[in-house]
Amino acid sequence: MSPAVWFDLAYLVGSVCIVWGLKRMSSPETAGPGNTLAAIGMGLAILAAVFYPLGEDDNGNLIWIFGGLLLGSGVGYVLAKKVAMTAMPQMVSLLNGMGGATAMILGLVEYLRIGSNSGSFASNLTVVFALLVGSVSFGGSLLAYLKLEGKVDDKKITLPFHSAFNLVLLALVLFGTWALSFSTNWGTGLLFLFTAISLFYGLSFVAPIGGADMPVVISLLNSFTGISAATAGFVYGNLMMIVGGILVGASGTILTLMMCKAMNRSLMNVIVGGFGNAVPGVAADSNQQVKSVGLTDAAIQLAYSKTVLVVPGYGLAVAQAQKVCKELDELLEANGVDVRYGIHPVAGRMPGHMNVLLAEADVPYPKLLDLEEANDFLNQCDAVVVIGANDVVNPAAERDPSSSIYGMPVLKVWQAKNTIVMKRSMGKGYAGIENPLFFEKNTYMLFGDAKQTLQGLVSEVKGLG
Amino acid sequence: MEDFIEIASKNYLLIFLLVFTVILGFEIISKVPTVLHTPLMSGSNAISGIVVIGAILLIRQSPSSAWLELTAGMLALALAMVNVVGGFAVTQRMLEMFKKKKSKP
Repeated sequence: MSPAVWFDLAYLVGSVCIVWGLKRMSSPETAGPGNTLAAIGMGLAILAAVFYPLGEDDNGNLIWIFGGLLLGSGVGYVLAKKVAMTAMPQMVSLLNGMGGATAMILGLVEYLRIGSNSGSFASNLTVVFALLVGSVSFGGSLLAYLKLEGKVDDKKITLPFHSAFNLVLLALVLFGTWALSFSTNWGTGLLFLFTAISLFYGLSFVAPIGGADMPVVISLLNSFTGISAATAGFVYGNLMMIVGGILVGASGTILTLMMCKAMNRSLMNVIVGGFGNAVPGVAADSNQQVKSVGLTDAAIQLAYSKTVLVVPGYGLAVAQAQKVCKELDELLEANGVDVRYGIHPVAGRMPGHMNVLLAEADVPYPKLLDLEEANDFLNQCDAVVVIGANDVVNPAAERDPSSSIYGMPVLKVWQAKNTIVMKRSMGKGYAGIENPLFFEKNTYMLFGDAKQTLQGLVSEVKGLG
Repeated sequence: MEDFIEIASKNYLLIFLLVFTVILGFEIISKVPTVLHTPLMSGSNAISGIVVIGAILLIRQSPSSAWLELTAGMLALALAMVNVVGGFAVTQRMLEMFKKKKSKP
């Protein structure tokens, strides 16, 4: 029996670990062990790849391999330990970009290796496709990282006719993919030009997408990296790479579609950047006045409610106010108030962003209600506190057919008896539209930084007791 | 076109695997609660680091004198490992936060 069988078996066991681990990650109770199981599968895969008998092709080069393994693991570990929970969206994008970059480099080297003894069109195509998808994913993830980190402004990097420009770029890279697969004699210059255009396409593709659409684009890029890994699997004829890559590609795609559905928009609409050129809906009547409320009154209102729903948004993450929020929650609970959280699927900048933030602050997850549960809860809710969320609580989504977010499922906070909205200013949300909620007769505005305001509320509530 | 048909008939097992894995991926993910979207995404992100196998095979197949190829391979390997280790570690950190609360009343 050839020794290769044992290594193939290791790949098989590794693949099962990954599939089963991912499966277990779909429930909070088993998610931790599931992640560990997937990591074990990955470890098995790496061991098998390092020691797999390759026969004559094997040149050892173990020093290079262990160097790369140690270097990458070290950097990855330090990054993971140091990153703040609020910086998780950009961290995930950055890591995702690394996977894309790997596929890109593999594609480049393997293409150069084919050299002039050109393989078949189809086998060249797998190499070029891995290069293409890897580069797009790398470029896109990098820009997503920069945007989330706040180093690049969200909205100001779109060109006129940006979507037409992107279509031209897409046509160009697809043509390049065909040409490079057709013949391998174009020279290195053209290969690098193709890579550069693919990278640029990644940047340009993410450029018009921003703000509340970030969750969609992050999970889409995640699926791209998976697809590039699977394509590289075809290049190396490695089944485990194919299984792992496709799993990620498929799960990323599903997650992307779930996000789109939560916003009642098509993927195309998100990619083309529908919000940017939207009509601002019915202009708010300038006579309408918002009512603002002081800390003391707000504190009294909350402390004497029976039920309170907190609706967090990106503003909570920006102000890093999750722990103070939990403090307020505890104080209110001590006063006999039932405090819950209403989590909109696209609140924040990545799927599940708010859940992670609140988990960091030790909010028990049964207190987190999803969209439907929260809307049921709102029917008999005394007070709502909106912290740095805007579009996900906009009644225009239900009432105003001319609004660009019309039809998007939202948290119907206006059904509660009173709503307190914490906001830095009267600025508009990501969609750039007015929010009629602020003008409702039972809405009270509490202006200021979310963290300071929450701290103010905490001391006021303490004063009441 | 004939090229593709030939490839397809040679690799039909791979194509079977591809199709079934897509179905499996959709099935596994479609019922995940919102609470777990972020850990799930970063976990699956770590899994996309499986491309590390390719980088290892690339280095092993490079001639020991091809410095440029080896350097590129090592860079690819290191980047993939950042993805793998960083991804799993970050996911673990997030999931520990979910676990912590269960012990509290």
